[in-house]
Amino acid sequence: MSEPQEKFLPVRVGIEGVSYSLTHVPDLVRYGSKPLRELRARPALGAELATRLRDFRAATAYAPHQVYIGNIAPADLGNLPKPWYERLIEGATVEGRFGDLVDQSKFYALLAGADQFDLVSFESDWFREHAATHSIGRAPRLRSLAEIQALCDKGALGLYDGARLVGAFEAAHEEDASLAAEVLLENLAGKVSAAHSLRLVLKQLALAPADIDFVISCSEEAVGDRYNRGGGNLAKAIAEDVGCVNASGSDTKAFCAGPMYAMVHGASLIQSRVAKRVAVVAGGSLAKLGMKFESHLKNKMPVLEDVLGSFAAILSAPQPGQVCMRLDSAAFHPVGAGASPQIMAECLAEKPLAKLGMKLTDVDRYGVELHNPEITVPSGSGDVPRTNYLTLAALAVMRGQIQKNQMEDFIRARGMLGYAPTQGHIPSAIVYLGHAMDALQRGATRNTLLIAKGSLFLGRMTQLSDGCSFMLDRNEE
Amino acid sequence: MNFENQGVIKRLADQYGPENLTVILGNGEANGVEVFAETVTQGDPSYAGPLAGVALKIPVYHVLENEVMTELPEKLRDEKLQLSSLVIDVEPMHQVLEASREKI
Amino acid sequence: MLRGKKIIAIGERDGVPGPVIAECLEGAGYEVVFQATECFV
Repeated sequence: MSEPQEKFLPVRVGIEGVSYSLTHVPDLVRYGSKPLRELRARPALGAELATRLRDFRAATAYAPHQVYIGNIAPADLGNLPKPWYERLIEGATVEGRFGDLVDQSKFYALLAGADQFDLVSFESDWFREHAATHSIGRAPRLRSLAEIQALCDKGALGLYDGARLVGAFEAAHEEDASLAAEVLLENLAGKVSAAHSLRLVLKQLALAPADIDFVISCSEEAVGDRYNRGGGNLAKAIAEDVGCVNASGSDTKAFCAGPMYAMVHGASLIQSRVAKRVAVVAGGSLAKLGMKFESHLKNKMPVLEDVLGSFAAILSAPQPGQVCMRLDSAAFHPVGAGASPQIMAECLAEKPLAKLGMKLTDVDRYGVELHNPEITVPSGSGDVPRTNYLTLAALAVMRGQIQKNQMEDFIRARGMLGYAPTQGHIPSAIVYLGHAMDALQRGATRNTLLIAKGSLFLGRMTQLSDGCSFMLDRNEE
Repeated sequence: MNFENQGVIKRLADQYGPENLTVILGNGEANGVEVFAETVTQGDPSYAGPLAGVALKIPVYHVLENEVMTELPEKLRDEKLQLSSLVIDVEPMHQVLEASREKI
Repeated sequence: MLRGKKIIAIGERDGVPGPVIAECLEGAGYEVVFQATECFV
């Protein structure tokens, strides 16, 4: 018996804008998960690590970072001389079309301003000289150097500016592991980097914080206490910090696919008219700083994982001609589907495209896992975007849409080099939203498919992988 | 290879005897395969994991190498590995892994 | 040679994941004593 043909009408939600920031924190690399463990086991490594940290100027002029904040197009990255960490961009600016780079002193000031529980203190002279100009929010707790040192001797984490001890981050509880200094620093770093991005996008769009009525955070931390280690709702803390007095919030967690789910959830709130203007935000992952630092040291490279990546996108009802999310294209990877890359590509690309009456070759641009290969290749982790693009191209071959010898063309036309820092959630498709919107607005592309994946098996609750995808296009005029 | 998996392989080698085991990899590219192979044959080359200094001499294959593919029923190969065969360039991996197996 | 050996499958999420390697080898009559999937990023 044949089913009646249903004409699917496009369901669009408007993306008003997105901002991206990179917070450069070389002196927090030591607190990334891998460095923290390795430095505890081999303290001498700390001295070597210190010689390989970049300064703010070098981080700003790093080509992938300039792509991230919108000053260089992803398509142009391949033409730039390598290695990018040596061939810095002349005249690179801290501000970009989509956002900015934040230096460490400013970040320390933001930490102080967002700290409501007396967790962080700074040395008075240093703060006044280097950070006070960036102070917002709560007044900083200022101490003498001797007092800071005493806190560190008792177990607080030292906050450094190069070799100089300038602050201390304390635990909130002596016994609760969820309130240990490392955990709270991770959480607060996520909070302030997300808040910074949210402030920026509001400014870019000439919106007031009060114009937001819901915030979704898809950051990578776990906010909680020992009775609920991942209780969360960092979103609301971020909303408060930015002054979104009319907004509440909630967190969306799905490993690296979190941001894509968060966009779908946010768009659904708009579509159902539960909210009028939703901010989807993510702060950076402190835990992932220096994740591959050993391979960078071994290859005499600077430690490239020295930045926290954050973003903030604003969603609302679609306007004529606006770049939109096609909510009707949202696709997931069901439990029963199976684990192979082929099945993932079918669930996240082929099937949702077919629903729209499209083939894989009808997509102008794909945004996939866009990790910077300069970071991942030296550690043996390969070129992640390329593998993802090859998978899509291979599926197109299997479906007879292209020939095997056209796979490289497919990648060249519809893909790009990775440029995102290995922050987990940030590289997973969402990093490309800014450039995607740009290309769609200019009419250079008609559509873009964003595909993110999540490695749920890392949490030891399931062996499954996961993913989330949706299409972007322009609303009719 | 992550330390947890190194630990499991060490435990399994104790349990079954390394001569009764074979490791089959699914790496997406050659970059990194050599280190994996060395880890379970000669020992963790970074000297940091549970297999540091432990030479198990377990032969390592990639699932897409001929030696493995010819063992698999055609239907299963087509269903599960066809796309991966198009994506993954096995040749450089095969060279690295064959050299590693010969060293055993 | 594979014959008579027990299999340890170490897959990669974007390559061939562990469960897929395991399924293939089990389908060929081998005993898979351990499978895992690594994610490098």
